[in-house]
Amino acid sequence: MESLMAYVVGILFAAAIYMMLRRSIVKLVIGLMILSNAANLLIFVVSGMTRGAPPLLPEGAEAPAGAIADPLPQALILTAIVIAFGVLAFAVVLIRRAYEVVGTDDLDQMKDTDT
Amino acid sequence: MNPELALPILIPLVSGAVSVALWRSVRYQRILAVVATALLLAASIWLLRSTMDQGFLVMEMGGWPAPFSIVFVSDILSAIMIVLTGIIGLAIAIYSLASTPKGHEKFGYYPLMHLLLAGVAGSFLTGDIFNLFVWFEVMLLASFALLTLGGERAQMEGAIKYVTLNLFSSAIFLSAVGLLYGTVGTLNMADIAQKVATLEDPGMVTVISMMFMVSFGIKAAAFPLFFWLPASYHTPQVAVSALFAGLLTKVGVYALYRVFTLIFTQDVDYTHTILLWAAALTMLTGVLGAAAQFEFRRILSFHIVSQIGYMILGLALFTPLAIIGGVFYIMHHIIVKTNLFLVSGIVYRLQGSYELKDLGGVYKEKPILALLFLIPALSLAGIPPLSGFFAKFVVIRAGLEAEAYVVTGIALLVGLLTLYSMIKIWAEVFWKKTPEHVKSMSLLKGDVKKSHSWAYHIPVVGLAVCTLFIGLNGQPIYELAEMAADQLMNPELYIEAVLGGAQQ
Repeated sequence: MESLMAYVVGILFAAAIYMMLRRSIVKLVIGLMILSNAANLLIFVVSGMTRGAPPLLPEGAEAPAGAIADPLPQALILTAIVIAFGVLAFAVVLIRRAYEVVGTDDLDQMKDTDT
Repeated sequence: MNPELALPILIPLVSGAVSVALWRSVRYQRILAVVATALLLAASIWLLRSTMDQGFLVMEMGGWPAPFSIVFVSDILSAIMIVLTGIIGLAIAIYSLASTPKGHEKFGYYPLMHLLLAGVAGSFLTGDIFNLFVWFEVMLLASFALLTLGGERAQMEGAIKYVTLNLFSSAIFLSAVGLLYGTVGTLNMADIAQKVATLEDPGMVTVISMMFMVSFGIKAAAFPLFFWLPASYHTPQVAVSALFAGLLTKVGVYALYRVFTLIFTQDVDYTHTILLWAAALTMLTGVLGAAAQFEFRRILSFHIVSQIGYMILGLALFTPLAIIGGVFYIMHHIIVKTNLFLVSGIVYRLQGSYELKDLGGVYKEKPILALLFLIPALSLAGIPPLSGFFAKFVVIRAGLEAEAYVVTGIALLVGLLTLYSMIKIWAEVFWKKTPEHVKSMSLLKGDVKKSHSWAYHIPVVGLAVCTLFIGLNGQPIYELAEMAADQLMNPELYIEAVLGGAQQ
């Protein structure tokens, strides 16, 4: 399972970078979306995909009874998803505005500030 | 409890929220901006004083003991950075009163400024690697909005590059945090440092450290990942440029200093050699890029890149003297670079352009402004007795003592080329005759506020005084940098302070 997921993460990263290298700004944003998902999935996989109960203690107990899932990666991913959501919302507005102002969605036409 | 540790984050956060509540009343937002940043500066000085007394200040969120809770830690380096944040924040807030167009003020300029300062302060103070990521994002989101405020074509084009590269760097950072957690099972930086040292296979950690280097390298605009900076920093209005120039890339440099002195010291030969050559090439490409430019703020932007090289050089040499030099350089650079951008804004107000060919004759009309440019410009180039001389002197001396002659030679050459760039600006903007097609010393843009000349000049004079103070009063500042470097070179002190006796 882990090795399968590792391939999935790799494919997601490759797809994201491929999309980011395209000339269209819409594809650029799609690339960024896939990139954040790839990073989230990576956290999930490297922290160990163990099968376990929810990390809740029975009343009065000091330690959990059996194997429990590690809650921390899930908290990290949840935080990262929220941040990525906010940032991507901004990015979508940005490309729309850029399209309006520049009049094209071609990144090669957006080089005025480079030189 | 140490309230001063939380104040530098709380003050901007609260004042940002209050500014949003005062959305319709720009007047109160303006007053609040100055009051809040002044309070931030006061709180930061308090923080520095008590950090100097106690060595480390640690605060555990929610009352959980250290490796489980998110900790906020202040060592001397953090406290110095917070003081600089306070100084720059206050300078920019006053300058913004005059320079920010009315339309920007109505659309949330001040709340965003507060939020940016909160993000910067949080990044400097946190002791948790994932929390650092969160503060980076707070800072980035505010900077995205500030960069695009106004929505002109150049801003949009610059913003697309800025946003893409920074999001890419964040994704690498997040992946590296995930891999690090998978390897050592903790997120507290002190705990990570402790566990990394006991790891049997350091190869994996070196790979992760490279991911951190790339991620923070993008944020710090180090070679070869700096292209987003000169493409975007000259596009927003000048107070935003100056704020970014002073603080944002330095957060990346600070993060490099933090992780490569505390956590990733297991393979110094490998990692710090890469940093060394990255530093040399950053200095060189930055300064050569600046030599080819003829736009005021673009020249300054390229110089940010080249100066970042000196700071990373201090880290890469990794001797006590080099770290002192690096910390000293950061202190000097933040003040000087912000000041140069502010001066470029005053020149823009006078003549309505940033293009060198459209400028001229400022010395004749405003000799005092010319002097105010000359202080930070010569300081940047490293002319004694200004702050830049001592900063460069310490770094270069450390380079010679470490016998890194090639890199030190590059650093000296870059100093010379920096002087060339500054002379170029001086000759074009201040010295030559006013070009024919420039009508007069008048306000060309309708949206610029007419009065408020004092608000333009107070921050510039204040920062120039800071430069002179660091230059003429080098010894105490050097001792401060020495204390910071002493803590950075002995990470066990940091670990001890954060984890306390609990783990032993």
